[in-house]
Amino acid sequence: MSIKILLDKCTGCTLCVKACPFAAIKMIDRPADAPGKSKKVAVIDLDTCTLCGACVESCKFGAIELKKELGGTDHDLSHFKGVWVFAEQREGKIQSVAYELLTEGKKLAGDLKTEVCAVLCGDAAIEEEVEHLFAYGADKVYLITHPELKHYHTAPYTSAVAEAITKYKPEIMLLGATTMGRDLAARLAIRVGAGLTADCTGLDIDPVKKILLQTRPAFGGNIMATIQTVRHRPQMSTVRPKVFKKVKIQNPKVKSNDNVIKFTPVISAEDLVVKLLEIIADESVKVNLSEAEIIVSGGRGLQEAKNFKLVEELAAVLGGAVGASRATVDAGWISAHHQVGQTGKTVSPKLYIACGIAGKIQHLAGMQSSDTIVAINKDPDAPIFKVATYGIVGDLFEFVPLLTRKIKELRG
Amino acid sequence: MDIIVCIKQVPDTTEVRINPETNTLIREGVPSIVNPFDENAVEAALQLKEKHGGKVTVITMGPPQAAEALKTTIAMGADEVVLVSDRAFAGSDTWATSYTLSQTIKKLGHYDLILCGKQAIDGDTAQVGPGIAEWLNIPQVTFVSKVEINGATAKVERMLEEVNEIVACPLPAVLTVVKQMNEPRLPSLKGMMRAKKAEVKMMNAAQIEGDPKNLGLNGSPTSVVRIFTPKAKGNGEILTGEPAEIVDKLLGKLKERKTI
Repeated sequence: MSIKILLDKCTGCTLCVKACPFAAIKMIDRPADAPGKSKKVAVIDLDTCTLCGACVESCKFGAIELKKELGGTDHDLSHFKGVWVFAEQREGKIQSVAYELLTEGKKLAGDLKTEVCAVLCGDAAIEEEVEHLFAYGADKVYLITHPELKHYHTAPYTSAVAEAITKYKPEIMLLGATTMGRDLAARLAIRVGAGLTADCTGLDIDPVKKILLQTRPAFGGNIMATIQTVRHRPQMSTVRPKVFKKVKIQNPKVKSNDNVIKFTPVISAEDLVVKLLEIIADESVKVNLSEAEIIVSGGRGLQEAKNFKLVEELAAVLGGAVGASRATVDAGWISAHHQVGQTGKTVSPKLYIACGIAGKIQHLAGMQSSDTIVAINKDPDAPIFKVATYGIVGDLFEFVPLLTRKIKELRG
Repeated sequence: MDIIVCIKQVPDTTEVRINPETNTLIREGVPSIVNPFDENAVEAALQLKEKHGGKVTVITMGPPQAAEALKTTIAMGADEVVLVSDRAFAGSDTWATSYTLSQTIKKLGHYDLILCGKQAIDGDTAQVGPGIAEWLNIPQVTFVSKVEINGATAKVERMLEEVNEIVACPLPAVLTVVKQMNEPRLPSLKGMMRAKKAEVKMMNAAQIEGDPKNLGLNGSPTSVVRIFTPKAKGNGEILTGEPAEIVDKLLGKLKERKTI
């Protein structure tokens, strides 16, 4: 395992210097013992380098060599077929993110000339939900039922899904980047020896290598990284909810014994040691932020807790969810389930309306992948305007109620 | 009770800026900090120690300069710190990182509880904590906002999307904590003095008896294809006019975009 610059190929172009996210490459004068055209060549500081490989991809001259001893699944990868989507269900109801991933999974499966399959875990009653998966494009459904799978717990779900992966060998497995998806995927990937990329916002198939290219934000959304898994299967991703749109297909498959593969997993006593004691509902949550198409968020500009009512009213007329900046949650104006941003939730709705939110980078990291962003703020220099599609420089106490009233009128 | 806290030294991503000319990250002058969620984990460990006695050991995998982050935790009150550092770890993704940390933990001897932050603010994966739990074959509870220890069981509150969930989990286990867990204490003056003198225990690949095929680049199923700066959303439109006019303009545009 090592990285080196082939000095005879290096042209001194500095592309690699720019590509390195860790500032580990600099230009030096070409050493006398390494003749070449350019005066300068690149050199890598091995103490700072993390071997991420970004420079290798950036070099147009094949002058950077990253040697990796081949590890991983040694068997023939061609046995792994199909794109799987983990169909997250809560309280017996499949979550929207599963349909979004089926729609995207179908596109990927098309590129790979394979099928898209849903994996649904639950107790026996969950079978009623199967037809919805076909409606959103599933070619097959793996229906894994067991009384202990009614409610999500890490261990029994890991055992059940790992058993299915080992048996049926998918090449790609997509899960929602929800608390459930991220909890499960992280453990599952180690169990089955898969490569896992978190919280993806873009998925593509490399047209030549036929592998999954997974793009995701890092460094608080300051940079994007595209990640691949070359020698391990399945290639696993958790995918940010609402990034992909769910689309019902025409002529969905009709549920039959051929396309619903039922099985009962082996769940050991050891898998059941963590017990659910209680679920504490948060009455203030009317619409789940992660599932919402529209989010109206309030910030410090609201001045006090009771003014969240303005945000709630606008959210209500739009049928949206209520979000909040960290400052308002820390101040105790609203519960933490509403918090958007790096220490709260990452959301990607169709419409995000920020009311009185300055837009610190931690907040932006949690919402800047929204389709349309509307910002209402008194301060014309507030950073939120840098990501806003439409900005209103003005008093939220004037504009938010006005907006609520006009939308009400519009909708009769 | 013996508690191990896994931390990561990260660049303060809130200080990271993009150079508009080259479109690259400006890293000069960006301070390295203890990942904020990991500070919550250290705080939780210290509070449990204050209540139940025992020892808090903080570990990290990273380059030699990560010792600074460990010293910060000593200043907060950690008893011992361990830096796992080796060139062989370079290029580790979450698979290799969780393996390396789990091997280290195995070598440290007895533990009742392992605490991690829910995720690091540079990578944002939230995958290493559960990975460690899997390698050690012990239970995990993620997104924890409260913990109470009763004998060999932890009563844990998890913060989910819409609700909180309370679970009972036998120890030892891995818990990953959210910001809502607590308010991390600031290092005390006495703590800072102690941190200056404190020894950072070093361990390398040989000492943790890591299988070379599971370490660093070799043990990492994922690799980076490309890193780029996102296209600036930019060119946002500031709507002007009388308030009623502005709102009408906005609603017109949103309808045009089929947003509402």
